[in-house]
Formats: sequence, structure tokens, C-alpha cells
Amino acid sequence: MALDSDAQRDFKIVGTRVTRPDGVDKVTGKARYGADISAPGMLHGRILRSPHAHARILSIDTTGAMALKGVKAIVTSADLSRPEDNFFADIGDNCLANEKALYDGHAVAAVAATDKATAKAALRLIKVDYEVLPHVTDVDAAMAPDAPVVHEGRADETVAEGYSQNVTSHFEFGHGDLEAGFAKADKIIERSFKTAATHQGYIEPHACLASLGADGRGELWCCTQGQFNVRTMCAELLGIQASQLRVTASEIGGGFGGKTTVFIEPVALALSRKAGKPVKITMSRDEVFRATGPTISSSMDVKIGMTSDGRITAGKANLRYQGGAYPNGTVEFGAQSAFAAYDLAAVQTLGWNVMTNRPKEAAYRAPGAPVAIYAIESVVDELCQNFGLDPLDVRIKNAARKGTLSSYGPTFNDIGLVATLEAAKAHPHYSAPLGVNQGRGLSCGFWFNFGGNTSVSLHLNSDGTIGVVEGNPDIGGSRASISMMAAEELGISYDKVRTVITDTNSIGFNDVTDGSRVTFAVGLATIKAARAAIKEMCSRVAKIWGIDEEAVIWEDGAAKPSGPNAGDFDPMTLADIAAVADNTGGPIAGHHEGNADGAGVSFGVHLVDLEVDPETGMTTVLRYTVFQDAGKAVHPDYVEGQMQGGAVQGIGWALNEEYIYGEDGRLQNPGFLDYRVPVASDLPPIETVILEIPNPGHPYGVRGVGETPIVPPLAAISNAVSRATGVRMAELPMSPPRILKATSAKV
Amino acid sequence: MKNLHISTTVNGDEKEFICGSDETLLDVLRDRLDLTGAKEGCGTGDCGACSVTLNGRLVCSCLVLGAEADGAEIETIEGMAVGDNLHVLQRVFIEKAALQCGVCTPGILVATRALLERNPDPSDTEIRYWLAGNLCRCTGYDKIVKAVQIAAAEMRSA
Repeated sequence: MALDSDAQRDFKIVGTRVTRPDGVDKVTGKARYGADISAPGMLHGRILRSPHAHARILSIDTTGAMALKGVKAIVTSADLSRPEDNFFADIGDNCLANEKALYDGHAVAAVAATDKATAKAALRLIKVDYEVLPHVTDVDAAMAPDAPVVHEGRADETVAEGYSQNVTSHFEFGHGDLEAGFAKADKIIERSFKTAATHQGYIEPHACLASLGADGRGELWCCTQGQFNVRTMCAELLGIQASQLRVTASEIGGGFGGKTTVFIEPVALALSRKAGKPVKITMSRDEVFRATGPTISSSMDVKIGMTSDGRITAGKANLRYQGGAYPNGTVEFGAQSAFAAYDLAAVQTLGWNVMTNRPKEAAYRAPGAPVAIYAIESVVDELCQNFGLDPLDVRIKNAARKGTLSSYGPTFNDIGLVATLEAAKAHPHYSAPLGVNQGRGLSCGFWFNFGGNTSVSLHLNSDGTIGVVEGNPDIGGSRASISMMAAEELGISYDKVRTVITDTNSIGFNDVTDGSRVTFAVGLATIKAARAAIKEMCSRVAKIWGIDEEAVIWEDGAAKPSGPNAGDFDPMTLADIAAVADNTGGPIAGHHEGNADGAGVSFGVHLVDLEVDPETGMTTVLRYTVFQDAGKAVHPDYVEGQMQGGAVQGIGWALNEEYIYGEDGRLQNPGFLDYRVPVASDLPPIETVILEIPNPGHPYGVRGVGETPIVPPLAAISNAVSRATGVRMAELPMSPPRILKATSAKV
Repeated sequence: MKNLHISTTVNGDEKEFICGSDETLLDVLRDRLDLTGAKEGCGTGDCGACSVTLNGRLVCSCLVLGAEADGAEIETIEGMAVGDNLHVLQRVFIEKAALQCGVCTPGILVATRALLERNPDPSDTEIRYWLAGNLCRCTGYDKIVKAVQIAAAEMRSA
């Protein structure tokens, strides 16, 4: 759907900072999250997990556990269906290990009992006979031909000879003559980088309440980013029909991509079916770290050539991502996005996806992009230092703009990168003085954004108010934005609209809340639904007035006669029309179902000042400013919130967060004490500058904003640390010991 | 394991419950008293989502035993608003968009009220250090700190 020709109009509601409809529930403790619900006769489920990084499961003896008073059901992978499709089979195997346990924390069996303590005691009575196998957790080690193999036979045809079977797919993007490009350069820098895996770190652990009967009918309540996705996966894994499983999404306590799949839901359903009672499962934080979430970890080589006046002549990157114990595709996004900010004549990115004995990777905000762009932006910064060039000038000089052939194939339409860079250049932050041991860093960031399948219903109530029904869990205030767009389109006040997120049996299919898609795609569907309702209202009014439908226009929340009939009748407001709907044909509604395209890509630039303590290697972030193109900021508070939250997650990734594995292949820091996410006292205010370069693919110009902000911090912080210390950093996180090691090596 | 009979006061109301000697105050609040406003984010006192006050002292209820509530006065997020009147902090958090997913919000509000009772005019740094035990993964804390300052100013002038 194209940008409205009057998109530069003065919006009445879009762009204001109204209060969110779920606010009161969330500040009073009334809002119900995954673990906040119970059912009569409910059992408590608990999961037994592998203590080994890699082991064959020879046998599971549940007799002792079943004999414990209060134990009502025990399930293993034999209690789940085995879909033929590898995608679903892998998800099932990840929920309950089949034949082999593939990582420390891999679920092996589950028990349902009358209370939590009994369930916990029962786990200790399940006897699993393991044959421990050699393991591998490092990406480079896993690629070596003699590495322990996680799964046999999963490499696709894109993988060349000579790699271990852990390498499952290969991607290649780019254009132009690399050799000729590098020949034109006055300086070429080649560097290798490594980044650790991180976790999304949502504060709410996964939780669900499941009820499945012998008749194949079920109810599932869970915290998820997509109830329809949960339904599809659970129906496959339980061998039941989608129509018979109603999934309701709870309020969600953070997701960031990590709640786009299933872990405990099929297990709870299987337990419930076996026990004939509802079963609730809540993960502990230890389980969340060991068995859900993490991102890829990476090993990367980058080579970039530049002329002495700052023109990039060629760029090449090799990216190796491990995504845990199953094949994944994340390196494709990394390879596509690595050089997206640049207009290059010669560019090539190669990527390899690799399996290791770690948890199955889940999406995390712009999956694959932050680490790839970290590596590119680090080398670009080093080239700027080499020539003594201003790093913003160099980026403006090489920036992708409208008409640029992107490094991953498409030609860019209207994009906001140059405007964003220029805003950063003009901002007082960029010229503020720096002190001793302080450095300033910056980086560009990029994300594709997504549209996807969306269904929205909008109905008029007889009192002139509006109900909007949609199917995408609200992670950061989207219900407010959807209500705002409905009100804007209909010309009524915001408080007359209530948007609710419904279950899988009450509206058509919706893709997951991911890809920064909700405000864009659900917003677009809401606008289309409102326009359908307006058309119907105009038709009703035409009947009342006895004039042609085309002679009725919608303006300022009312139907008005136009053309030759202009002024013949008093306008009828939405409330007037709703009040007489009974007599003009019955209830009035509008709806839209479609697969939204036109999600505009999003660019951002982050500026950071920090200080590194030479004695301890400790980094303190002093000032941070985020510049991002939002297309049109529907609710600026929540756009800023995305920019700030993403930036801080990126700061954590850059400085502290890290999955640490021991020689035994076990995760050593599965808790918030040792896996350190940023806390309030670590941070300065996060300043934000929203730019609005309208997305041609949305009637109001909206772009997704949620993912781009996690992309630039990694390189921005690394560039600032490198400038502050005089040592080029090439590994994340830059924890104090690592910085100290690098700086002492310099002396 | 022997169950214990506990008498306590929660948000001004007298409550009695039976609990196991190993049950935490958080378990008791959520599972036995049906007060699910306090959340379990970690169960190890690292995230602050379960913050309540026990005899006026800010605690992680996951680190307190249910039995320790005997004879004590507990305040939870459910007791913060009076009837339909939100506490200033609650109202300002909504107005200033100081929450996104909202799961850390009850703990942050309880902790912040405890701060402002002790220090009605905190600096940004004092707010940030006081809230260092309350993890928020969505907001980056910026709007939270700003909302606390606005609410504190309003409470001082009231």
C-alpha cells in the first residue's frame, strides 16, 4: 500500500504521546503474564535436562519416578509426534531430546505432579543412561574436518568439500570486481574478529498453562511473540489439528526475538494429554540461559580498501556463525546486511552456518546483523584513523542512498541514511570536548524490516466507539499505536478506540511479532480495515440521504455530501451512523487480511563517548546518542523507547554479556549474577534523535524501528574503546580483563 | 516436610496461610495469596522483579522465606494504589512511557517508592544506584529515571 499523497499532512493523533491502554494494569500488578494464571486441578510440570554437552541417550527409566506419590505423568521424546519436515522435527527434538542430548541443558524428560516439590523430587528418580560423546562449542573448531559431529547428514548442497559435517549451509552476496577495487585503494586493512553469544535476557522466563484432552481439543496460554506460530508448531508436534488447539498469548515480559519459537509448550501439552489434567510449566532462569535463546557466536575476517580521500574501493567479509545444535540460517542475514550502509562498486560477503553443542539459536533483534556490521564498521573506523579522516564525513561520502545497488541485491528506494549521518554531524554531541582516557566512537546500523501476514478486524459499537481486534502480542506499546492509527483514519478521538489482541480461534492468521513488523504491518491492516468501514458508512449514509454512494465523502470523522449535493445534508458523524446502523443494514465493521509488503529498510547512527580506566580496563559510557529514521513515528515515546532499549542491549553485548563455556562443554554463567546485563548505574541517559523520511510502502510513511537500534552499539563502543586506548579491539565483549590484556600488550 | 501456619499483614489486610518451610515469600504471595504482581525473573535475588517491602525494608521476596512473614507487615505492588487513585509514581510511569513490556515495573515501582520515602530529592546517580538491583531489559532505564525525577518533584510539592 503506497504512501498517501497527503502523508505530509498534519496528523491529529499520530505523532502525539497518548497514554497506553495497558498502562494501569501494568503499574498495579494486574496484568497477567505467562506464569500469572492457574486452572482448577492443575498439575505442575518440570523438565529434566542433560548435564552433558553431547551424549547418546541409551535408556530412560521412569519407573521410580512414576511410583512417587503425586506424580501423574512423565513424557519423553516418544510422546511427541515426529514431523517429516526437518524444521519442525528439530523444534520437537529441541523440546525433548531424541536419541542424543546435544547441549548442556537439553531437555530429556518431563514430569507432571500435584505440586512443585513432588515434580522436583520426581526428576531425581528418573534414571537416564548416557554415553558421553566428544563435544565442540567453538565455531572455528566445529568447522574443522576432524571436529566432533553434532548431526550427520544435515549439510546442504551449498557447502563445499573439506568442511566438517557441522557446516550446514553457505551464502554468498555481492557485485563488482573485487581485485580491481582493491587495486585502486591507497590502503587495505584486513582484520579478524570474534564475538561471543549473548542472550535476549527478557526478564520473564518462559511459562505456559496447557490443557489437552484425549479428543485432541486443547487450550494453551503462554508468553509468546506469536500465538499462531505456537499453534502451528504444537499441532505438528502433538499430531492434532490446528483448529482444535486454541492458543492465547499472555502479556509478554520481553521477547526480543527469543519468544518466537516453542520450548515448554509442546511438553506441557503432552503431559496434560497423558495426565488428563491442565499442566503449568514455568522455567527457572538457569533453564532460560541453558536451553533457550542465545544468539550466534561468530568468527569473521574483513578486508576493506580505501583511497586517501576516503572513498571505499572494495570490501570483502567472511562470516562464520555457530547457531547451536541444529542447522540455522542466520549468517544469510549477516552476509546481506554487512555492507548495507555503503554504496560500493565491488563488494563480496561469504557466510557459513555451523552447528555446535550449544542451545539452538533463537532470533534476537536484527538476527545476524549486529556482529557483521560490528566487524565492517570497525575496519572502516580504522581506515579513517589511518588517513586522519573524519569518520562521519567518510560515511557520508560512501553512504547508500536512493538508487544505490545494495550489497545484497536490491536497489534502495527512499532511505534515511544520509539524513541520519548529517543529523549526527550537526549534533552538539559530535563536537563536545573529550577528556583523558576518553574516546568517541560511532557506527551505522541497518535492518531490513518485515511486513508479513496480518489480519485485523475493526467494528463500530452502537455508542460510536471502536473495537480493534488483532493477533500480535504487544511487546512495547503497540496497542497504543494501533488505536492511534484507527482513530486518525476514522477522525475520532484516541480514547474511543480499544485494541485487543486475541487468540488463534478468534481472528485470521498473523505472523509473529518480529521483524519490526507490528506498527508497520498491523498498522497498515488497521488503516485498510478503517477505510473499509468508512466505505460501508458512506454507503449507509448515501442510502439515508438517497444520493449516490460516490457523492458521500468522509472528512473529520463524519460523512458529508459532496459534488452537486454539497451542503444539501448535515454531516453524519461516526456516532450518528453507528446509532442507526440497526436500521440501515445491521452491524458495521471493516477488516483486512493480507501479506504486507513494502516494509521500508531502516538505518541508524549511534554516537558514544566513553572512558576506559587504564588501571582496571573498566569502561564507563559517558554519553550516548541514537539517531534513527523512523519513517513516521506514530508514538514518539515508544519509538524512543525502542531506540534506547536496543542501544542498551547493544552496550551490554559490547562490554559484558557473554556465554562462557568450560572445557567440559557446560555453560558456566547461567544466571544474572554472572551473565551481566546492563543495570541502571552502568549507564548515562540515552539521548534520541528521530528522523522521519517517509517509507513509500506505508500510507503514513511508517518504518519498523525495533531492531535497527541494537546494530550500531557494538562497533560504536569498540571504536570508542579503540580510540580511547590506542589499541584496536577485535573481540567482544570488551570486558575489563580483555581490555587490560590488550592495553598491556601494547606497552 | 512440616507445614507452617503463618499470620501476617499484606497491604494492610490480615492474612493467614499454610506453607512449607522451604517456600519463599514470593511463592507464598503468588501461589497461596493470589498476589501475582511480584514476578519471578531469576529466583536468586539478581533481577528485583519480586521486590516487596517487609516491615518497611525493601527485599527480594524470592530471598525471604514465607515463614519469615509471620507477624510482619508486607507491602506489595497491589497495595500501592489507594482504591482507584494511582500513586503518583504509577501515574507518571504511564504518562512518561517508563515501561515497555511491564514485567519489571511492579518491582521498580516498589523499589522507587522505598527510595523516595528515604530520599525525597535524589540525584540521577542516586536513582540509578538504588535501582541497580532492578533489571529492565526493554527501556535502557532512561525514561524510568526521568519518570522518577518527575514524580519525586510532584511529591515534594504536594
